[in-house]
Amino acid sequence: MKFGIVVFPGSNCDRDMQHALSVDLGQEVEMLWHKDQDLSHFTSDDCIVLPGGFSYGDYLRCGAIARFSPMMQSVITFAENGGKVLGVCNGFQILCESGLLPGALLQNNHQQFSCKNVFIQGKDGKPLQIPIAHGEGRYYADEATLNQMESNGQILFTYCGKGGESGAAYNPNGAVRDIAGICNANRNVFGMMPHPERATSSVLHNQDGIAVFKQLGLI
Amino acid sequence: MEITVATAQQLRLTEDEFELIQKKLGRMPNFTELCAFSGMWSEHCSYKNSIKWLKTLPRDGNRMLVKAGEENAGLMDIGDGLGVVFKIESHNHPSAIEPFQGAATGVGGIQRDIFTMGARPIASLNSLRFGNIQDPKTKRLLSGVVKGIGHYGNCFGVPTVAGEVYFDGCYHTNPLVNAMSVGIVESGKTVSATALGTGNPVFYVGSATGKDGIGGASFASADITEDSAEELPAVQVGDPFQEKKLLEACLEVIETGAVVGMQDMGAAGIICSTAEMSAKGEVGMHIDLEKVPTRQKNMKAWELLLSESQERMLMVVEKGREQEVIDVFAKWDLSCSEIGYVTNDQLLKFYMHGNLEAEIPAYELVLGGGAPQYTRAYREPKYMAQIKEWNINQVNDVSSEAIRGIAEQLIQLPNIASKRWIYQQYDSMVGAANTQTNDPSDAAVVWVKGTNKALAMTVDCNSRYVYADPQKGGMIAVAEAARNLVCSGAEPLGVTNCLNFGNPYDPEVYYQFSKAVTGMGEACRKFNTPVTGGNVSFYNQNPDGPVYPTPTIGMVGLLENTSQKLSMYFKKPGDIIVLIGKSVDDIGCSEYVHNILGHKHSAAPYFDIHEELKVQKFVSVANQQQLLSSAHDVSEGGLIVTLLEKTFFKGLGMQVAQHADLRKDAYWLGEAQGRIVATCSPENFEKLRQGAEAAGVPIAQLGEVTLGDISVDGEFWGIVSDWKKLYDEAIENLMGA
Repeated sequence: MKFGIVVFPGSNCDRDMQHALSVDLGQEVEMLWHKDQDLSHFTSDDCIVLPGGFSYGDYLRCGAIARFSPMMQSVITFAENGGKVLGVCNGFQILCESGLLPGALLQNNHQQFSCKNVFIQGKDGKPLQIPIAHGEGRYYADEATLNQMESNGQILFTYCGKGGESGAAYNPNGAVRDIAGICNANRNVFGMMPHPERATSSVLHNQDGIAVFKQLGLI
Repeated sequence: MEITVATAQQLRLTEDEFELIQKKLGRMPNFTELCAFSGMWSEHCSYKNSIKWLKTLPRDGNRMLVKAGEENAGLMDIGDGLGVVFKIESHNHPSAIEPFQGAATGVGGIQRDIFTMGARPIASLNSLRFGNIQDPKTKRLLSGVVKGIGHYGNCFGVPTVAGEVYFDGCYHTNPLVNAMSVGIVESGKTVSATALGTGNPVFYVGSATGKDGIGGASFASADITEDSAEELPAVQVGDPFQEKKLLEACLEVIETGAVVGMQDMGAAGIICSTAEMSAKGEVGMHIDLEKVPTRQKNMKAWELLLSESQERMLMVVEKGREQEVIDVFAKWDLSCSEIGYVTNDQLLKFYMHGNLEAEIPAYELVLGGGAPQYTRAYREPKYMAQIKEWNINQVNDVSSEAIRGIAEQLIQLPNIASKRWIYQQYDSMVGAANTQTNDPSDAAVVWVKGTNKALAMTVDCNSRYVYADPQKGGMIAVAEAARNLVCSGAEPLGVTNCLNFGNPYDPEVYYQFSKAVTGMGEACRKFNTPVTGGNVSFYNQNPDGPVYPTPTIGMVGLLENTSQKLSMYFKKPGDIIVLIGKSVDDIGCSEYVHNILGHKHSAAPYFDIHEELKVQKFVSVANQQQLLSSAHDVSEGGLIVTLLEKTFFKGLGMQVAQHADLRKDAYWLGEAQGRIVATCSPENFEKLRQGAEAAGVPIAQLGEVTLGDISVDGEFWGIVSDWKKLYDEAIENLMGA
């Protein structure tokens, strides 16, 4: 399995993702330019990553322009053919904008950009400390969609307290049902607001991000 | 148009300067030429009232790879073929008028100074000063500035890793916004801001030029008033997405090897970049202004020369390799226009559709060339008499019980309380190299990826001390910066400074300036930290008077290995808490005296530069011997605040008691300099004590780290989480979020 990281002109977590995957996690990584379109050397065992940042400046709506980029057309086809796609932060926003994932990411309920460590938990319930850094990370979908996602097990990560407790105090942006990360019904497209690539190195005193990549089945 | 003295004065040139210009040109300048001089001879570009004093600062050192002030930023060797590039700059006046864009473009401007040299920025810092936080105007300015810094830095993708924020009435009308950036460059890949090679093409790259920011440099060179909002066009508008693309494109184009020289267009835009690059290369330039990409129609020559539109660079390229450059900028969808070429006559000639609009010898425009240099008169300010009269006996000492209540007030003062309402709006972690998030230390420690090294960095200045004693205050700013680096396990390397003062034509302001620079120079020599560059911002003044003299020190240090890092918080119950450095009966200029008791003219705190250096050296050595588990310097709020701050990160408490026979207020609340609170394991304590004795450094055991209870002088003060809540939420409560 290898990773392809899409570089949009305003991506700024692309190099962090590259470092985390190749240096910290020992994976094969290739950088992909947004103006290119060729994904023929990737198979459905591989994973395309849409990193964080401000893809095209995001002055309109986060990810609204990126979905029209040449590379995204190939990524959409790649996903439809069963290839794995992970979007982190701005990448998650792009996946929602392009319809690969349900729902949308709205401005944080406190109206401010927010960067800090938060705790999230996946299926095993173990709280993981992962950084967030976003102004528009409040996940939203309508009730019917949410119920369907829940019954399909598409809600992969929710915000929680240090001890795994839930509640508004631990939800950093007002996301509906404390949602931090989701996948599509086919379970090959993943999106999350927290940055696991910022928590994979011992130098930074936090390696909880490794567990995130593991839970997504990517390593 | 007839050019007269009145025209010159409208452009903020003096009568003498107007005459000097005529003498240098041998004729009357036309309006465009006069505008060029107005921008270039403004205080902001020419340093005309400061350069004589700046030259007294130590500007040499064996790690320095370029001379101070020679390039856009300082460059120092950090070994293994790498250099660190760093600089601090002010954006005070724009932020006073339009806080969001003012602060945003301040961040953008300083980043360009770093990457124009070929370095990739890895960290940003800032130093902010506002008036009383209770005032609605201050809240608006603070919100706007923080949003602006976040907007630009977060999108640009460089983490904001450290900073300082002070609130004092003197900054009410004229807040200070100083932004610093630090970058890494491989040796041999640096680019100089020099134009060379007759016939080489001159390229304009980046965003198109508009009418924004025209006269920004001269705007920054005048007093600010409540009416200054009418000068709004002098404030620039930033686009961090363009800057991000410009960064990547510039670093990529440098890789081609086709770039001869490059300079960003900051203050005074095209005229400044063409003049400085030409003067340094002892060449001239022929520029066709109609080839400059514009976003407004019919811009005049003088507007094109002075516009401070953001995200632009001037680049001299090797003739014959133009296409390589054009291709890179096309890839990044950025404008790239060949607007002229290098000439050998040392003249700047600006044409518009073939008409010569301005012809000026490059040398005459620039600092170190024809720009005037002044020696200003100074005299001791009148308020100094009040400070000299003040003494500690005007304050009654307090009881042990009272200390607790004062400590509660202190940790909620906006100058001391947690700044998380501010820094959480900045992306502090992009780059995945900031070690502060999970292991906080006094200075930010940023890992240099691909190596084992890390850089430590800090910005410091307690301007109240400088106000009380400009020379000592200038020294303390340097000493505190060095102390913060040492407390983080780093070896201090060098300094960049941002000198924020009032109107230099006021002799009392000039006294503060000259004395502060003298003090800084003395301290930089003592700590072996040369000044690599920086910025002077005068005219931080309004009708009520100048701001406190604020020489902000940005200092960078090196950790050869990230494992050398020392962090600031209590690590383990049972660890011994020690105070390293001398305790004295002093409370001058403390937050307690100034902001709780309301003595606005107390003396600067105790400071002895020799003792300070000894303390810092000792802590460095003890860290190398791995004797310490934490270190945090004593600064605002005194010893008790330092101790409380050490409890917060892990929630570990302390049991401490006064060890010296001193006034209680002085002991717990005084801000005497040269003190560091450290911890060590019980096993290491004796070794540490002996080491201190051998080094001639006072050391005292204050107590030990506990599980979560706080006890001071035998009294139970409650649990850490309650204190932390007060500390964390004070500013959030004031800002209503």
